[in-house]
Amino acid sequence: MVFLLQNTFVFTIPLLIVALAGMFAERSGIINIALDGIMIFGSFTGALTASVLRNDPFFVDHSQLTFLLALLVATVSGALFSLLLSFSAINLKADQTIGGTALNLLAPAIALFFTKVLFHKDSLEMTAARNSEGRPKGIQYALINEDMGPVGRIFFDKAYISTFIAIALFIILSIWIYKTKTGLRLRACGEHPQAAASVGINVKRMRYIGTTMSGALAGFGGYTFIATTANGTASGNVAGMGFLALAIMIFGNWKPVGIALGSLLFGFLKCLSVISNSSDYTFLKNLGLPMYFYNIIPYAAVLLVLAFTSKRSRAPKAEGIPYDKGMR
Amino acid sequence: MNNTAKQKTGFFRKDGVKSVIASLICILGGILFGFLVLVLLAAFNENIPVSKAFTGIYTVLIGPFSAGSPELVIKEIGDMLFQATPLIMTGVSVALAFKTGLFNIGAPGQYLMGAMGTMLVALSIPTSVVPAWIVWILALITGTAMGVIWGAIPGFFKAKFNVNEVIVCIMTNWIAGNIVSWVFKESRYINYAETKMNFLSKTSSNGVATPGAGHMLGTSSMDISIFIASAVAIIIYIMLNKTTFGFELRACGFNKNAAKYAGMNEKRNIVLSMAIAGGLSAFGAALWCLNGTTDFLWEAYQTMPADGFNGIPAALLASNNPIGVIFSSVFLKYLVMGGSNLGAYTSFNDQVPNLITAVIIYFSGAAKLIKDLLSRKKKQLSEEKMRAVSAPVMLKADDGEANGAEAPAQDEAPAADEAETAGDETEGGDE
Repeated sequence: MVFLLQNTFVFTIPLLIVALAGMFAERSGIINIALDGIMIFGSFTGALTASVLRNDPFFVDHSQLTFLLALLVATVSGALFSLLLSFSAINLKADQTIGGTALNLLAPAIALFFTKVLFHKDSLEMTAARNSEGRPKGIQYALINEDMGPVGRIFFDKAYISTFIAIALFIILSIWIYKTKTGLRLRACGEHPQAAASVGINVKRMRYIGTTMSGALAGFGGYTFIATTANGTASGNVAGMGFLALAIMIFGNWKPVGIALGSLLFGFLKCLSVISNSSDYTFLKNLGLPMYFYNIIPYAAVLLVLAFTSKRSRAPKAEGIPYDKGMR
Repeated sequence: MNNTAKQKTGFFRKDGVKSVIASLICILGGILFGFLVLVLLAAFNENIPVSKAFTGIYTVLIGPFSAGSPELVIKEIGDMLFQATPLIMTGVSVALAFKTGLFNIGAPGQYLMGAMGTMLVALSIPTSVVPAWIVWILALITGTAMGVIWGAIPGFFKAKFNVNEVIVCIMTNWIAGNIVSWVFKESRYINYAETKMNFLSKTSSNGVATPGAGHMLGTSSMDISIFIASAVAIIIYIMLNKTTFGFELRACGFNKNAAKYAGMNEKRNIVLSMAIAGGLSAFGAALWCLNGTTDFLWEAYQTMPADGFNGIPAALLASNNPIGVIFSSVFLKYLVMGGSNLGAYTSFNDQVPNLITAVIIYFSGAAKLIKDLLSRKKKQLSEEKMRAVSAPVMLKADDGEANGAEAPAQDEAPAADEAETAGDETEGGDE
């Protein structure tokens, strides 16, 4: 059970943070369908940073520092990359779906192009480096506390440093968007930008803030994803995680609590397929169902829950509509 | 002289012509960007001389013609046309959904279900009992039907439960991938004969193949399916723009409530739109599978078929015009052919066309802006100059960041919007 919950956490965190990223953009009125692309971009720059740093033995020995630096680079580059979306959606007033799709195409193209040209490989692996004692050193857990009690182990054993940062960020930002003046203004721009503008709020700036924060979080999530669940390999895709996060955001009704519940549920169900073949869970193994069955469960469950709860679903009113001062 | 000038402006003021010009500007922008990347890379990398950047972009731009010998060029042209076939169908599928106000991001799943239905029929009915051409038709119909059902699911969820179609499409994509893998795992259809365990046997192993592959154009895999796909695209165009049914579908896309008020069954129309879109994607998959030379990857639960997602750029590049999709799909595959030659003959790689495509799509988001710029008449320009002088004073009062340059553009936008919507609506009647 501890193993299952540990895995649930590992899978939930990127989903949680990227769904929050989507929420920030959409609450400010910009549909960010580019989450997947931004994740890919963040994972690429993060992996690039890590592999460059690992040429220095100091960074190989201090893998947590390397991890943090790579995470920082991924976050910043995600924010910068999302500016492309902001520019097209806010300044050019382009269709936001088209801009997002372009970013989704651009990110893997950039990542693979440079991986192939610079490293002559199809993917960027971060696990190949060796430490000063000659042992291979990959992405490492921040904490290993196998002697703690079951509850403690779920949270503090085999945990990545990104997990704690992500949870902290999630809580702080959720409070920020509901309890601060800027957060309120940001949400107003997603509901009725003209009304917001009439009381002196700079809609364009608010939307830039929302989308840029969204990009930063998606970049963070992208690197977290490849470092924790994809064996530290950046290969120009994040297994459709960005789209899943988008779905979780809609599932969570554009609200942090809903997003947290949705990603936990999805992460837990997703982990069933991981453990279904493990010998510790004989009751699942004895059922004899193939892996594919367990793979389908999380997606089908989300659909089922949506069918029952969607009547109260409420998207931000102004999302997807380019801001036009003169419109009533 | 005055007369000819008038005709000229008349030609360039047509909406379709403006769309094409806007698309061409986007394409040019994309190519320039690709070139820029190559030059920058060559400039910063001492292993690559700058002159290679020119060779590189030239290789991409001449597409299949960069293959070398005439035989290879002909083969690549044929392959390009064949590979464009499923893309045309997924592109039309996405375009039709866009036209009816839906975002069909579920094309990969519909494609997979279509391929599954097609392969099951094409491989399981022995051609010694049933004539091959009947199996071919049955396989095509089964595949398409699977896609229709799969596409109807998001439509049903949208109409019945008001669930966003994007989320249902994404979920059904991954469900489809797992179903396909589940169905074919340990089945006798896996290609053991050629020891390609990740793929299914070719349909030609059962004697089922579309006429044309291998001899229609050189040794390429081109067959008659490109003509079938193009014909379907044209039929969809006519259906959407010239029939009452198509008008109803589009009306629901423009304004669901207005359509309902006018007595249309908007829920049924949403389901129908998605079902047709699903059928189109699956039809493309069926044509691709039935070629007889293609290998279908049955372990689909890990990766979605690229042609499914690429339907989105194909549709966007064609401004969601089904006939335009034929050309945009061929163009995209033309670049891909150039890209694979680029990887083979230079130090760059096959990702360059993807870069170019992405940038083209990025610019095409602003295609409306370009069109608006194109449609400005001199008179309007002078009027705007007048307005620009007086506007800053007015606008600065309600928004600090307003400046003279963008004020007229914003003033004009709603008017242009209305004009275009009106134009679209009358299209069905008077063309």
